[in-house]
Amino acid sequence: MMAGTLPISYYLGLSALLFTLGVLGVLIRRNALVIFMSVELMLNAGNLAFVAFARMYDMLNGQIFVFFVMAVAAAEVAVGLALIVAIFKTKRSIDVDQMNSLKG
Amino acid sequence: MLLEYIAIGVLLFLATAVAAIAIFLGELFGPKRKSDKKAQPYESGMLPIGPGTRRMPVRFYLIAVLFILFDIEIVFFLPWAVVFRQLGLFGLIEMIIFIGILLVGYIYAWKKGALEWE
Amino acid sequence: MTQLDFITVLPIAFLTFWVCALLLADLFIKRKGLTAVLAAVGLAITLGLTLMQVGRSALGFNGMLVLDGFSIFVQTLLLLSGLLGIALAYGYIRRMKIERGEYYGLLLFSIIGMMLMAQAADLIMVFLALETLSIPLYVLAAFARPNPDSEESGLKYFLLGAFAGGFVLYGIALIYGATGSTQLAQIISVVNLSGGFEGIYNPTLMLIGAALVLVGLGFKVAAVPFHMWTPDVYQGAPTAVTAFMAAGAKIAGFAALLRVFALAFPTLSADLSPVLWVISALTMFGGNLIAISQTNIKRMLAYSSIAHAGYILMAFVPFGDPKVLPVSVAAGLFYLVAYTLTNFGTWGVVIALEKAEGKGLEISDYAGLGRKYPALAAAMTVFMLSLTGMPPTLGLVGKFYLFRAVLEGGYVWLAVIGVITSLISAYYYLRVVVTMYMHEGEAQTEREFWLGLTTLGAAVLTVLISLTPQWLFILAKDAVLMLF
Repeated sequence: MMAGTLPISYYLGLSALLFTLGVLGVLIRRNALVIFMSVELMLNAGNLAFVAFARMYDMLNGQIFVFFVMAVAAAEVAVGLALIVAIFKTKRSIDVDQMNSLKG
Repeated sequence: MLLEYIAIGVLLFLATAVAAIAIFLGELFGPKRKSDKKAQPYESGMLPIGPGTRRMPVRFYLIAVLFILFDIEIVFFLPWAVVFRQLGLFGLIEMIIFIGILLVGYIYAWKKGALEWE
Repeated sequence: MTQLDFITVLPIAFLTFWVCALLLADLFIKRKGLTAVLAAVGLAITLGLTLMQVGRSALGFNGMLVLDGFSIFVQTLLLLSGLLGIALAYGYIRRMKIERGEYYGLLLFSIIGMMLMAQAADLIMVFLALETLSIPLYVLAAFARPNPDSEESGLKYFLLGAFAGGFVLYGIALIYGATGSTQLAQIISVVNLSGGFEGIYNPTLMLIGAALVLVGLGFKVAAVPFHMWTPDVYQGAPTAVTAFMAAGAKIAGFAALLRVFALAFPTLSADLSPVLWVISALTMFGGNLIAISQTNIKRMLAYSSIAHAGYILMAFVPFGDPKVLPVSVAAGLFYLVAYTLTNFGTWGVVIALEKAEGKGLEISDYAGLGRKYPALAAAMTVFMLSLTGMPPTLGLVGKFYLFRAVLEGGYVWLAVIGVITSLISAYYYLRVVVTMYMHEGEAQTEREFWLGLTTLGAAVLTVLISLTPQWLFILAKDAVLMLF
């Protein structure tokens, strides 16, 4: 470990915390937008872990992966927001508890 | 190891303290004459119109979404541009293919009228 | 890029080019039937290119993509599913008034993702392929917009799919941290080299990462306890999309599970095999038991597809045992073929009976089908028998190979659970048959050439191949041999 840098465990702790927050957000919150934001939090927790590990191993591929994840996340945002807007137009609500027209 | 961060910590503390003291002193010594007009939300000096939490039309969300999609691709251009010379012709062709695919998306969005402002 | 890289990626590159062109051409095509034909032609050419690669094996793009018998087998199956998916959708989306050219473009984009999944030799590729196959499927599920059911299905699929993607990504990040690489071959060599020494390899991190990847892919293939989204999504999505989703996403998900677990994680089998055992057993029980109480055929088939994910998962339980694994994976591939064929046939019948606004989807709507449309009813009977695993169908042969492989691995109880749940499933599958033949009713169907051809063709093949299944099993075995 170089002098003057934080140990890797700090970054990993933060990323694990972010990931857990994201999972909890998906499971607890009822608003489709907030759930989606929590999913983004999970992806960014993964990104943070990647960058931290890439720094630890002194390799670039982990950082490159983050670029790909960002592009994927942008594609997901586009599709997800479009879906949410479409749902809002028909249902006037994006509360996932009110999405119960499909039941067996 | 953590010592180098102390400077930042001190700075953070000082900045917070100065702001807090300023607000606290103003609250303590400033004259207070409350009126209905003053309790209204500030809206550039105009009289507020309608409720503050009203819904905005999202017709431009489509453009925002398109912006996100095309914007994020910059992320791939930058590293490519940095090592442009080392990659040579091969890198150029790869990037042309990449831009070509983006262009397909752009033409599609254009023809579908996603770029029109009603 | 070397010539080898080019060969490795040729079918996928061609299909990508074709879809981009199709997307642009569709802007100027008035009759959307032409788009469907063009999409099918693209798939057929890609299939030809894929088959030309038989016998080759190569590692391309610095170990990102691999070309081997396994990838060719899976890709062939995927491309055939794509063709069947187009055949089912052709008349259906016109009848449901959702005929838009993007349907075929999205379908093809999804197939590109699935094909990449079959070739992925790097966890980065696995993640990217997973998203490439999923994102078009989210849109397809909501394709019947502004039908609220379809939109709801799309949103639910999207939220849970993205959630699962988050798990996979974090799992990959931890595996990268544990081994310093994302390439499957390098991961296993780092693990083997460490040999108990305290090197860079971190077993705990690796195990957590592998478990997270398992959770994420478990979502994708709809294994219990990650199955909650399946019934809603399958019910709400346009039926032709459901048919494609049920087959394609499963094939790709299992292909990725197999490659990742067999190639990169065999050392974790002591910890993960029991987990897979439990997931497989739970999935078989859960899917089959809940399916009994369903009255909507789409929902029933959704639970049935969950149950079948459980059967296919059986093939993965002995993933750390190099002696049993080739046989069990071959059995899994065989079962995937059987399931794909039966699946498209079954959904074809459902599409034939479906009417606008979600009518004609109750099991009671099938009453009287046997008298009015004997051919269709006979086909449905074959599919129901095949899904149960009764003779003379491919489903029976598939289950036979699976159970035999699992027994060879020494998992007697798992095989017993497989047999018991198959017996349970007979109850609800045969109820459909009974309704068709014994109950009085006025079943109505739509006559569409491609739909009829797909359905009856699938029924005939399901029976015919079951009579001489050996060649298909040998093909699957050969495909697996080149993997190890």
